[in-house]
Amino acid sequence: MSREVLVKKSDIVKYYLRKIIIAGLVAIAVTWVALPFVMTIIYALSDPDQYYDPHIVIPTRYTLEHIHKLIVLGAWNATINSVIVAVLTILFSFAIGLPAGYAFARYAFKGKDSLKLFIVALRMFPMMVIAVPLLVLYFKLGLADTLLGIALAHTAMALPFVILITSGIIAGVPVEYEEAGLVFGLNRIGAFFRITLPLALPGLAAAAIFTFIMSWNEVFIAAVLSFQNRTLPAFILNLIGGATDFIKFAGAFIMVIPALVFVFVAGKYLVRMWGITLK
Amino acid sequence: MPNEEIPTSVKLSKYTPYFLILPTLAYMVFFIGYPLVQGIMLAFFDEKGRFTLENVNYLLYGPGSLFWDALKYTILLAAVIIPIQVSIAFGLALLFNLRFPGKNASLYTVILPLTISDVAAGLIWYVMLGQYGFFNKILMNLGIISHPIIFFRIKDMEFIAIVITEIWRATAIVFIIIYAGLQMISHEYYEAAEVFGATTWQRFRYIVFPLLLPSLQAALIIRTLFAFQIFGVVWTLAGRDIPVLAGEAYYAQTELLRPGVASLYALIIAGLSIAVGALYIKFFKAKYLEAGM
Amino acid sequence: MFMGDTYMVDVHLRGVVKRFGKTIALRGIDLDINDGEFVVLLGPSGCGKTTTLRIIAGLEKPTKGKVIFGNREVTYLPPRERNISMVFQSYAVWPHMTVYDNIAFPLKIKKVPKEEIDKRVKWAAELLQISELLNRYPHQLSGGQRQRVAVARAIVVEPQVLLMDEPLSNLDALLRVKMRSEIKKLQRRIKVTTIYVTHDQVEAMTMGDRIAVMSAGKIMQVGTPWEIYNKPANVFVAGFIGSPQMNFIDVTIEEAQDGINLISSDFTIKLPQEYISLLKDYVGKTMILGIRPEHMYPIGYVPASLQKKDKIKGIVDFVEALGSDTIIHLNTGSKIIVVKTSGTYRPKIGEELEIVIDLDKIHLFDKNTEKAII
Ligand SMILES: Nc1ncnc2c1ncn2[C@@H]1O[C@H](COP(=O)(O)OP(=O)(O)O)[C@@H](O)[C@H]1O
Ligand SMILES: [Mg+2]
Repeated sequence: MSREVLVKKSDIVKYYLRKIIIAGLVAIAVTWVALPFVMTIIYALSDPDQYYDPHIVIPTRYTLEHIHKLIVLGAWNATINSVIVAVLTILFSFAIGLPAGYAFARYAFKGKDSLKLFIVALRMFPMMVIAVPLLVLYFKLGLADTLLGIALAHTAMALPFVILITSGIIAGVPVEYEEAGLVFGLNRIGAFFRITLPLALPGLAAAAIFTFIMSWNEVFIAAVLSFQNRTLPAFILNLIGGATDFIKFAGAFIMVIPALVFVFVAGKYLVRMWGITLK
Repeated sequence: MPNEEIPTSVKLSKYTPYFLILPTLAYMVFFIGYPLVQGIMLAFFDEKGRFTLENVNYLLYGPGSLFWDALKYTILLAAVIIPIQVSIAFGLALLFNLRFPGKNASLYTVILPLTISDVAAGLIWYVMLGQYGFFNKILMNLGIISHPIIFFRIKDMEFIAIVITEIWRATAIVFIIIYAGLQMISHEYYEAAEVFGATTWQRFRYIVFPLLLPSLQAALIIRTLFAFQIFGVVWTLAGRDIPVLAGEAYYAQTELLRPGVASLYALIIAGLSIAVGALYIKFFKAKYLEAGM
Repeated sequence: MFMGDTYMVDVHLRGVVKRFGKTIALRGIDLDINDGEFVVLLGPSGCGKTTTLRIIAGLEKPTKGKVIFGNREVTYLPPRERNISMVFQSYAVWPHMTVYDNIAFPLKIKKVPKEEIDKRVKWAAELLQISELLNRYPHQLSGGQRQRVAVARAIVVEPQVLLMDEPLSNLDALLRVKMRSEIKKLQRRIKVTTIYVTHDQVEAMTMGDRIAVMSAGKIMQVGTPWEIYNKPANVFVAGFIGSPQMNFIDVTIEEAQDGINLISSDFTIKLPQEYISLLKDYVGKTMILGIRPEHMYPIGYVPASLQKKDKIKGIVDFVEALGSDTIIHLNTGSKIIVVKTSGTYRPKIGEELEIVIDLDKIHLFDKNTEKAII
């Protein structure tokens, strides 16, 4: 029995056409997002003469002069400040938020749902509201224009996120592991530190990066709470009023580099994390 | 012994979750609750604690007040930007739900803008759209335009620049929410539809879209609420040419040195957020969710 | 109601290879399935059954090879143009639609008139006894009910090919047995070409017109349940089918005066003269002897009809009393031989036992290729 097998050419054409269209759309999306980053890095390092020549799209001569100028203006200090504030924010928000996240993940208790809903709502509350009154308070407490003050405010902003993320991560570690620890002689705290915490560590590390990014990028509260000891975004926001183009380019450059690093270090986790916290 | 004594530690353990949450609540009361009350005090009461409308008057009629413009532009920007963002993000999420080579690298690239501040995003597009920026250079060298398009210091063009920047910057956040929602829908749901003869459009219309509605709504709420806080992008690209509520708050605080007015602006943003959030929640509800899923 | 002569179709796979990056899921599958036939793909988890099914459905494109429906190559045709139906392993009953809407969906897509849809949905619901569930949402159903919705949805369109991916694997034992015969009856009634995936040999044996046994991305044997059980083509199939598993013993082949001796380390079995020609090439070599536990009998339980037989001796090592059957683990010196016998027989541990082997039922496999010689 040999029957003729008909292959429709159009089936194959359609199949490959579909693949090409998908690849084309992805390429457009990637270019749209990536090109501004690439051009910012290129122009921030560009030789001014070439930049101001309308015929040169991609410069051939590069210089670190603009970055250097920005650093002389105080960008380096501001960067250090930003790092300090972000690290303090991670420490505070985890010290306070992790126990709460654990409670939400592991206990059933009265009022849990309302409390959780409250935290979910807080996460969307415009935290800039607290900036001005906090400054008034900080003047009394001697926290005005201090990195500690900014970090405390950022902690308030990050706390709802940290609680939701950590509770998600801890809920992802099967409770049986912890119970096995209890059976074999640990107490609840010991079981947490010796069993759950190590298992949750990769997720928590990603959550820490997430918190870092939140603090690193926050500008309104930081700008209101500080005058001299500014974080990087606040410093640049304050600077650009009268700055030359190249100082602005350099500012963009300095703020963008850590972002690139973070995404390529922890991209996978960050995608998941945003999925959790923003739903 | 009929009446066995329950050890105190067991009795207390009932309260463990509350102990664990206590620090959070205390912190929030001190750093959110108290400032909120103080903010209201600043806005509506004078130093002696008497009720006053001085700040309200200043906000509305003070020299150089841009309140109505700020309100208008804040809402206008949200109204223009959000529909575009949600459409693009939705399309992008559907695209990334397909299988194709280089997917992870593309995904990480597309979410890059999420990791930078709005100030940085503003500056990046200042680079792109400047008179000698990439946009003008490439169009001129391709012969599409003969003179550079000027985006800055012209109100309408600044508006466009802000819209472009916000779409570039914050579409990713909408994308991530929808993408996460899409990933939670079992592949088998639309494969089943495909097997039963549904075209791409029918799969979208009858399966993907209804299943994704909750995520879409979540994205819409979050995006809208954040849109009312728009600040960094506007401030870097247009300053007060395009006034927005958060920008006016910043201006009142740092230039006018009027914390009362700044607080009032911030409270207006908060009020707007709460009102819109409540509206959304009231109107959105997927039918099958109500059935108890 | 049937769509003319296109209703049934034969399905052919020609040299289908599928790679996922570095893993090779399918290593060249050739399979011919006739009109209206019920073919079962059987194999351990991870052997490529689902992948094969998805390639037939068009949800996956083969890396190499062809899929042919009737006289049309469909390798690159999207699923919706293949006129197929599928029951997914996790059912894929859409959560946002009622049972009615789920079943009606394939018809709606095909723009069947409303009254006709209603008629057919009710017909399918009746058939699967879910008529009273039509207005419920999937989350209000049990696993078994959901599975029936998935089957109803799959048959309501009267597809050319019906694909089922372990549809019963999530059900409890009782319901599974019931659904097994229901699906089989249904298929007989609507005579649709059916490809059914399972890892459960009982399911395969009871449902399939033919069974394709798969292992590691290859088809090891295709045949009727009788052939698969009685004439396994190789060691894998022989070992995979049957419970308890077939006994495998390494034996050396030796020519004797009036027959052939199979010499193992523990015992010798003598085969009659007629085997000499079959095993000529293997004299002096090692082969794998296969005997099913149910083809060995303790003295006193030997059927009168048994013609060619031999005996081995051993000591009872362990006894599993299952009620209807007794499984005896017999120590023959260096090996344990498993024997399945009547539940009324209860030997004691340590007892010496003589076991009669039905020589008509033994298998001999080439030691290198593992292919069946006898
Ligand atoms: N989408 C996929 N990506 C990568 N590997 C896959 C994919 N689907 C299946 N595989 C691999 O192919 C092999 C066969 O899988 P499958 O067909 O699902 O087996 P079965 O259904 O028989 O259990 C397995 O090793 C599995 O890990
Ligand atoms: Mg499978």
